[in-house]
Amino acid sequence: MLLDPGAGILVQGITGREAAAMVEDMLAYAAESGGSRIVAGVTPGKGGQQVHGVPVFDTVAEAVAQHNPTVSVVSVPAPAVLDAALEAIAHGIKLCLIMTERVPRLDTSRVLSAARGAGCTVIGPNTLGLIRPGIAKLGTIGGRVDNVRRSFAPGRVAVLSRSGGMTTEIASFLTSHGIGQSIAVGVGGDPIVGADFTDLIDLLEEDAATDAVVIYGEPGGTAEERLSERLQKKPSRLRINAFLSGRFVDDLEGVRFGHAAVMVEGGRGSVRGKTAALREAGVFVADAFDDILEGLPA
Amino acid sequence: MRLLEHQSKDLLSGFGLSFTQSIVVDSAEAARAAVEGLAGPAVLKAQVPFGGRGKAGAVLFVEDEHGAEEAAAQLIGKEIRGVKIETISVEPRLTFERELYLGITWDTSAKMPVALLSAAGGVEVESAHGSMARRTFDPNYGLRAYEGREMAAEIGLSGKVLIGVGHSLEKLSQAFLALDAITAEINPLVVTEGSTLIGLDAHLEIDDDAAYRQQTRLAPLGEIVSTSAGRPPTPLEIEAQRIDALDHRGVAGRVVEFDGDLGLLIGGGGASLTVFDAIQRHGGNPANYCEVGGNPTEEKVAALTQLLLSKPGVRKLAVIMNVVNNTRADVMARGVLDGVRAAGLNPAEAISVFRIPGSWEQEARDLLAAAGVEALGREVSLDACAKLAVERMSIHAA
Repeated sequence: MLLDPGAGILVQGITGREAAAMVEDMLAYAAESGGSRIVAGVTPGKGGQQVHGVPVFDTVAEAVAQHNPTVSVVSVPAPAVLDAALEAIAHGIKLCLIMTERVPRLDTSRVLSAARGAGCTVIGPNTLGLIRPGIAKLGTIGGRVDNVRRSFAPGRVAVLSRSGGMTTEIASFLTSHGIGQSIAVGVGGDPIVGADFTDLIDLLEEDAATDAVVIYGEPGGTAEERLSERLQKKPSRLRINAFLSGRFVDDLEGVRFGHAAVMVEGGRGSVRGKTAALREAGVFVADAFDDILEGLPA
Repeated sequence: MRLLEHQSKDLLSGFGLSFTQSIVVDSAEAARAAVEGLAGPAVLKAQVPFGGRGKAGAVLFVEDEHGAEEAAAQLIGKEIRGVKIETISVEPRLTFERELYLGITWDTSAKMPVALLSAAGGVEVESAHGSMARRTFDPNYGLRAYEGREMAAEIGLSGKVLIGVGHSLEKLSQAFLALDAITAEINPLVVTEGSTLIGLDAHLEIDDDAAYRQQTRLAPLGEIVSTSAGRPPTPLEIEAQRIDALDHRGVAGRVVEFDGDLGLLIGGGGASLTVFDAIQRHGGNPANYCEVGGNPTEEKVAALTQLLLSKPGVRKLAVIMNVVNNTRADVMARGVLDGVRAAGLNPAEAISVFRIPGSWEQEARDLLAAAGVEALGREVSLDACAKLAVERMSIHAA
């Protein structure tokens, strides 16, 4: 399962303004849950400093030698993402979460190519992070610790979402109906991301703590279609509910909306097509957002 | 961003790919002179940033300079799909034996670049997937020439053409990687007498997110006409872009205009799509789509609020976001209240719903209450909130 409670976490780009705020929230959540914690940060040229008590190193090599993190959160400017992620992969990081937006597609593809060879799971780019309620969180997901506590509760339903904001919205909706979450992952809003719905469902299939999955999809890309193909070939033991937004985009070919991936082109990527494919594969697709509760175990 | 045909050919030529001679002109006289120089039949092609030009009547064949002058006068200044034709490319008409399609794009399932080769080039390529060879390749190295030859063999090519196509695909893959392309196409690549390969048309789309490192290549091309394949932006959309660019912190823009009466200030990205769908499903008529997120400044939110309320026919504004992670609800509340007042309206009447649960929610609630607006919390779902916004339109209209 992603994010072992005992795993040490590294933050790359830890001295940046946004990263520093994120570190504070992550430390607060770890202090409360007692799960995985940040052991080190890296910002080249700023070795020797501290951020909220976390030691900063110049290189991932030094951070790994002294604190042995196996998880990294990358929060560096877009032009520096390729280098930072390759550095993490080269030093044995097994879970690499890339928060940065607007990463060139070629760089994402090169990171994923290196990660495949090294057995590293990449989440993102363009993600707010992931959380295992009551255990640990990676990234800014949920924001301040009081909001995290209100939105997420431990349980047996996984939430996988192409939108960071909707990850929290869905979890909060489930929580308010007495349904807790085993994990919630913002997979990232780009056309090409690391672990997608299919990869994550493969992992969850083996997770005894998860009974059901709620998926949030959008127009564009092929993540929903890929999952449908996988489920057609190999049905899942998990109850899978999906909600797809952006139906109105189907009629607006070539217009880009928000997340870089959201665009219908040449008839491909439409919500209509994705809905049909998922239903054919046995997934319950909710017409209205409130219907995502259908058949979920409490 | 999508480049024009002649810009695409300029860039691809730098990687050793060959194209027909192209003379770019902006007047009928210049078109006449160009065809005189070519001394033979020619083709005139409008330089607009989208495909399907032939079917749109934007590609004309002429026999001589008289025909060229007439055809150019017809094309220049004409609008197709909302874009005015400013320039045309004048090219000699080649005789050829067959047309091929070469393309490279991203395979979002394999998460790698993919090369495509079809024996049916020209305008019908999209309906000819049956005879298409495709191969993903490593984003660090590009497609090797031997892989290109294997693709050529797969679609039945042989001899000199097979060798030439292998090299062309290798070069196109190198260009694709070096230029940070989203799509690179040569269509058609024609086989002339003597089995020489030459491109008649090319199309490049460059990754907007990599534009920062392509400046030395893109700057000499001059103005990039359009970044979107959709319709050109409306004045309201352009103004929203300007507002969003006022400050790099957060997003308060990405407006797409519609012709309804309910203004929407919605976010983040996913919730915006969800809310827009829900408003329509409950019978409402959105005046716009937009996106707010990433903790934008009060000033940006105020300016966007005022802009959305200034659109003729807009009667109310619905403010709806998902449970916010890093956006501050109180900052949003202050911006919205300022914007409503700047538009000369009373917040209690102009704001149909305000729902931003999450960080700094209580502070937002207090600010709004003082202005006579009731803030809704997370117990009202996105769907229920959209329904409420639609219902409140009809109550007040009655």
